[in-house]
Amino acid sequence: MATRDNQAQSFGSRLVQVGFLIAVLVLWYLATTRWGVNRLLLPNPVAVWQQLLDVLRSGEYLPDLRVTLTELVIAFALAMTSGTIVGFFVSRRHSTIRVFDPLFAAIYSIPIIMFLPLYVLFFGLGPASKIALGATISFFPIVLSTIAGFGNVDRTLVTAARSMGASDFHLFRYVLVPGALPVILSGLRMGFTIALLSIIGSETIASLAGLGHHIVQLAEGMDMARMFAYIAFVVVIAALLNGLVSFLEARGRRWA
Amino acid sequence: MTAGDLAVRVQNVSHQFGEPGDVQHVRALLDTSLDIKRGELLCLIGPSGCGKSTLLNVIGGLMRPSGGTVEVTGKPVRGPRPHDIAFVFQENALFPWNTVIENIRLGMLFQGVPKSEHEPRARQSLEAVGLTEFANHYPSQLSGGMRQRAALARALSLQTGILLMDEPFGALDEQTRMILGEDLSVLLSRTEKTIVFVTHSLGEAVFLADRVAVFSARPGTIKKIISVDEPHPRKPDFVTSEKFTTLRNELYALLHDEIRKTVTASSAGGLA
Repeated sequence: MATRDNQAQSFGSRLVQVGFLIAVLVLWYLATTRWGVNRLLLPNPVAVWQQLLDVLRSGEYLPDLRVTLTELVIAFALAMTSGTIVGFFVSRRHSTIRVFDPLFAAIYSIPIIMFLPLYVLFFGLGPASKIALGATISFFPIVLSTIAGFGNVDRTLVTAARSMGASDFHLFRYVLVPGALPVILSGLRMGFTIALLSIIGSETIASLAGLGHHIVQLAEGMDMARMFAYIAFVVVIAALLNGLVSFLEARGRRWA
Repeated sequence: MTAGDLAVRVQNVSHQFGEPGDVQHVRALLDTSLDIKRGELLCLIGPSGCGKSTLLNVIGGLMRPSGGTVEVTGKPVRGPRPHDIAFVFQENALFPWNTVIENIRLGMLFQGVPKSEHEPRARQSLEAVGLTEFANHYPSQLSGGMRQRAALARALSLQTGILLMDEPFGALDEQTRMILGEDLSVLLSRTEKTIVFVTHSLGEAVFLADRVAVFSARPGTIKKIISVDEPHPRKPDFVTSEKFTTLRNELYALLHDEIRKTVTASSAGGLA
């Protein structure tokens, strides 16, 4: 529940955030118009804005956006399904938690993106390798948060439910899932973010299509203003997707 | 006493946590026997760690004793008996993601009450504890006292013959406890429920109980049972009566030595 103080505070921090962005834009503008930074390295923000409008009007981004979003949706769906199912079964016993929790945490700390060449060898240059890599990378935060979520459901609540005659299904549906959900949801949000990150990242390294692919192409064509426009476009898309996921996450824990 | 008058029969129950020789080995309960009459309110009181909560969990089928047997309404207890026994736990046993009324409905769903009865029974039990206006609040929006009322409403809606309460007011402040105690006495005078109530508070025990079972220090067993011959509902001025004071003092004398033993033992064992 936001108090007046809280609201004033969050308004204050919003103000600083907006101010920071404006300052960056102003510095960027000055750097290109007054301080003589090479246009090939840093295009004029006004030119970038015009390019962005052109990209949006023409709709030429659609095929690449479709490829990237398809990869993202499939990768995330795979990671979500496997991560939550594996996480749930691992969380059922102390012994399996002791084995798998540190194991997954250790793998999670490796930069899995370095296996991209291997993924390309196995799955080709097309979307399949991006999906496989994205799914692999986002599996880990999801499985770890699922183990933590189910593993840390308050024992008293489980005992209370059992004392009232709850069946295994009741326990799962009405106690374990809602109890674990807040933690699982933050894992899903994290998994989503890094799935997007790794998919766009791997598109820029080795791919045939997608937003990351397009950005690299523009860079190689020295079309810097348009490349920046695409970057801005991807930033907006990513922000929208993250906003959507955060919204869903907040809805999942509205009781707290 | 005939078998029909007995709600709970505890025979030679012992319980230990861990195996002998373990660092964690604790003999919680030693050869305890107890008969609880139908419709009475029995308080279990004793020093911390004396096994009174263990006994409650054993009676409720949440814990299997290392030795001895428990019978509830003539049948041996082998696990939870949701149709005979409802629990009120110390605190935070309400599902935080459900509103008060959802918590109550969920209890009935678990117990297997037909859907059509959920709403009227939930309303009725909310009214009994005076929480009607808070039906749609989440537990986090309620005070500690109100949460325990809600937990009590959930237990009442299950309409069991036996209610087991494990220090239900233990986490509340003295004033809230007093009010809840008075309300509980009024509430219970209207039902035929058998209640076992674990408490730390001497005053609470005398005020609520028909009989008080005093536990010895660990390994706990029942040292003495004291009867409180005063009809329910008990009036607030019972607290100031001579009878109350005498009983309270008697309990205090019984408990004092045991508590001293517990404290000495635990500081000697480096546990304090």
